[in-house]
Amino acid sequence: MTALETSVWTTVCRVDDLAPERGAAALLGADQVALFRLLDGRVLAVQQHDPFSDAYVISRGIVGSRSVDGVEVPTVASPMYKQVFDLTTGRCLDVAGKTPARGLPADLRTWPVRVRDDLVEVGS
Amino acid sequence: MTQHLVVVGGGMVAQRLVEALRDRDTAGTWRITVLAEEPRRPYDRVALTSYFSGRDADDLALGDPELWSDPLVTLVRDDAVTHIDRDAKTVTTAHGRTEHYDHLVLATGSSAWVPPMEGTDLPGVFVYRTVDDVAELRGYVEKLSEDRVVKGAVLGGGLLGLEAAGALQALGAKTTVLQVGTHLMSAQVDLGGGEALRRLINQLGVGVRLNAMTTRIRPHRRGGVGRLDLADGGRVDADVVVIAAGVRPRDELGRSSGLAIGERGGIVVDDTCLTSDLDISAVGEVACIQGATIGLVAPGYAMAEITADRLLGGTSSFPGADTATKLKLSGVDVASFGDAFGETPGALEIVWADPVGGVYKKLVMSDDARTLLGGVLVGDASAYASLRPMLGRELPGDPAAFLLPEGGGGAPELELPDDAAVCSCNNVSAGTIRGAVTDHACTDLGAVKACTKAGTSCGSCLPLVKKLVTTELAAQGIEVSTALCEHFALSRAQLYDAVRVSGVSSFTQVIERFGTRADGRGCDICKPTVASILATTSPAHVLEGERATLQDTNDHVMANLQKDGSYSVVPRIAGGEVTPEGLIAIGEVAKDFGLYTKITGGQRIDMFGARIDQLPLIWQRLVDAGFESGHAYGKSLRTVKSCVGSTWCRFGVQDSVALAVMLELRYRGLRSPHKIKLGVSGCARECAEARGKDVGVIATDKGWNVYVGGNGGFTPRHAQLLAEDLDTETLVRTIDRFLLYYVRTADRLQRTAPWIEDVEGGLDGVRAVVMEDSLGIAADLDEQMAQHVVEYEDEWRATLEDPEKLRRFASFVNAPDTPDPSLAYVPERGQSRPATAEERDGASPTPHHEPVLVAGARLEVRS
Repeated sequence: MTALETSVWTTVCRVDDLAPERGAAALLGADQVALFRLLDGRVLAVQQHDPFSDAYVISRGIVGSRSVDGVEVPTVASPMYKQVFDLTTGRCLDVAGKTPARGLPADLRTWPVRVRDDLVEVGS
Repeated sequence: MTQHLVVVGGGMVAQRLVEALRDRDTAGTWRITVLAEEPRRPYDRVALTSYFSGRDADDLALGDPELWSDPLVTLVRDDAVTHIDRDAKTVTTAHGRTEHYDHLVLATGSSAWVPPMEGTDLPGVFVYRTVDDVAELRGYVEKLSEDRVVKGAVLGGGLLGLEAAGALQALGAKTTVLQVGTHLMSAQVDLGGGEALRRLINQLGVGVRLNAMTTRIRPHRRGGVGRLDLADGGRVDADVVVIAAGVRPRDELGRSSGLAIGERGGIVVDDTCLTSDLDISAVGEVACIQGATIGLVAPGYAMAEITADRLLGGTSSFPGADTATKLKLSGVDVASFGDAFGETPGALEIVWADPVGGVYKKLVMSDDARTLLGGVLVGDASAYASLRPMLGRELPGDPAAFLLPEGGGGAPELELPDDAAVCSCNNVSAGTIRGAVTDHACTDLGAVKACTKAGTSCGSCLPLVKKLVTTELAAQGIEVSTALCEHFALSRAQLYDAVRVSGVSSFTQVIERFGTRADGRGCDICKPTVASILATTSPAHVLEGERATLQDTNDHVMANLQKDGSYSVVPRIAGGEVTPEGLIAIGEVAKDFGLYTKITGGQRIDMFGARIDQLPLIWQRLVDAGFESGHAYGKSLRTVKSCVGSTWCRFGVQDSVALAVMLELRYRGLRSPHKIKLGVSGCARECAEARGKDVGVIATDKGWNVYVGGNGGFTPRHAQLLAEDLDTETLVRTIDRFLLYYVRTADRLQRTAPWIEDVEGGLDGVRAVVMEDSLGIAADLDEQMAQHVVEYEDEWRATLEDPEKLRRFASFVNAPDTPDPSLAYVPERGQSRPATAEERDGASPTPHHEPVLVAGARLEVRS
């Protein structure tokens, strides 16, 4: 939904600034974004805000994968209450018995990411 | 209209009655007053002997203590009932209390019978009936032991006499049991069994004299008891005498109020436990039911259940007493059940005796050798749990197979009928246990115990309960998956072994070799588990290479994540011992970084509100001041709590602080399935609360006692005794092996208490592995722990020395100097706390509060 309208790409860091299979937080204007570098070189971005704990912590979760309809999708588990999110879509795959805080949506917002000349750029 | 039930007596059966009635009387039709003579709540009299080793009267507590907070239940302690007015339907107590009853239950139990002879009133002569008896006996023996080896004599070689002898022996007294009859435990065991039993008792160092009738107890010239005169002219020297010659029902209230009394005492009741006055019941040892009083708790419980049922309009009645017994004396295995003496006409006895091995077993069978009528098991009672429920039923195959030593013949698997009683303490049948699995969806032993109460009293049936549950789960096709997660079909223990044996040392290798899918990349369950396994099989820094990707955020930044996304910091304070300089250093760090400080339960200091980017700065200061990581964030050793010990304490017998510091430094950083806590107390007063820990060490004047499997939390547990009077070297080796056996074989997030329950053979099984090396892995465990001790390094110091690792602590990858703007704190009681959502939104504070200052992280702390 965001990819079509991307008009601005912001350079955030070098690829090597991101450890494989771990997240890092980045500031994009007023937004906090969680960046994840996968083993295959892909970099994905979701919101840093965890809707279930209402804290800015998603980048500190454990990266993994889950089989969804036979497809292995990359995931992150919130470090706070262990909800699992699809890193490619932001969809919450497992609410772990909780509901989001303050009536927030359970799914995470995503941002398009591209890597050019070893630089990570996030679109908005 | 609420009716009033008055219960006279506060023993085990009274407790069961109240429990059963409150359990079922959901409408609250009865309020209950219990009038107890003893100054304490009902306790487990059967386990009285354990008071010697457990050393804590609270350990004998029965059932849920909440029962006594029930508004419909009143417990009056230390006030004996002296009079019953059956016309007015009132009882009067020694303290002058009068209670009107709608129904009265007499549960006064029995008292120790003291034979009429000279000298029973001398100091040093005891009975063995209440906690106070046992406490006085203990005090007396301990006092005498100060200047000599105490000689003890027990009059009576029955169940209670042998327990008393074991207790005296445990106190260091040289003890002789005097039995009037021809053999020990003559009420339960035949002559052959009695002879085998005598040899086992002798092996404990306890003397046995048979056909020994005591005629007189003579004083010593120093005062107190001195010797016993026997009918055959013999004499026995004794500094302390325990009379365990039998019990007599406490039926005096029944007699004085004119109730029918049995020929040999006891208040006569019918099969519904009603006395000759239909407004009065009698239950337990005071009741003369089906012509006899019964000195066992299980029939008493049955009477309590019947009475509760009848009070609520039920129709149950007494089925006949289950007189099966099992002696609980360490090192001596005795069980007797059913027709142990073969008194049924035509009964056949099948006997297996091995005098060398100290084993005697007998089964009593019907005249066609098919139906089990009873049995005696001495020296090896392992078949008791499975045979007893088969009473009155056909045994499959050759009955002799059940008597042969393990591996000798192979007894057929017993398929218990649904109505077979498995737990006689709580009257739970095999069918009820199966039903817990089929109808109540219980999938493990703990759930079945909670659901049915089976095995929650004496615990002797637990192996059988576990077997039934496992079999039933399998029969239901309920696969209890032990798979770790979708990425591993193995359990944690299986994966641990696989990793250890194969020697693989990275997650990628582990998931490629043992994972379910080639392209899986793990999850928040298997990754930290593999990290924990690798930490003890191939030790490396938590942030080393790929290891860093496996860690939970706590291990990844070596601090504890808090609700707002900030972290807390806990430096190690080994054994709770800290210098004034250390305290000042911690205080200055907390002050400079604006951290909230709190003392932890593990005797150290927690500093809250640290931002991720502050952690390296905070730790540089702490490391410079001589501190190291406290691993409060890890599934690993947390702390070894200690009392101040013999260095300062007037009562301490050993230096508990020195041992605690040594243990904490030995096991620091040891990654495990769950957190591990230890405690060391310098004397039996147990100020370090060591028995609430996974491993608790308590000083004795001979060395250390070690207890295992204690924890606080949702299901609090007291640790159980693993070994006694160990020297320090043996103690450390024992703890080494215990911890690593746990690390290797426990499930993920399984603490030591449930793990011990899961180990084959329970605590005894753990003891066999740790103390007797039954698996032949002790040398391996010792070596693994030695490696752990050598390779330990402070992971925070190592992190501070490595710029690559420090990059992980940036707040934002593109703005490492900008603190997280979302963090906000407000002052409270002189410190700061996270702002609530309302405070953050700038909403007006609640009216009864002072207006609050909402401050961003940058204002509150030095960055």
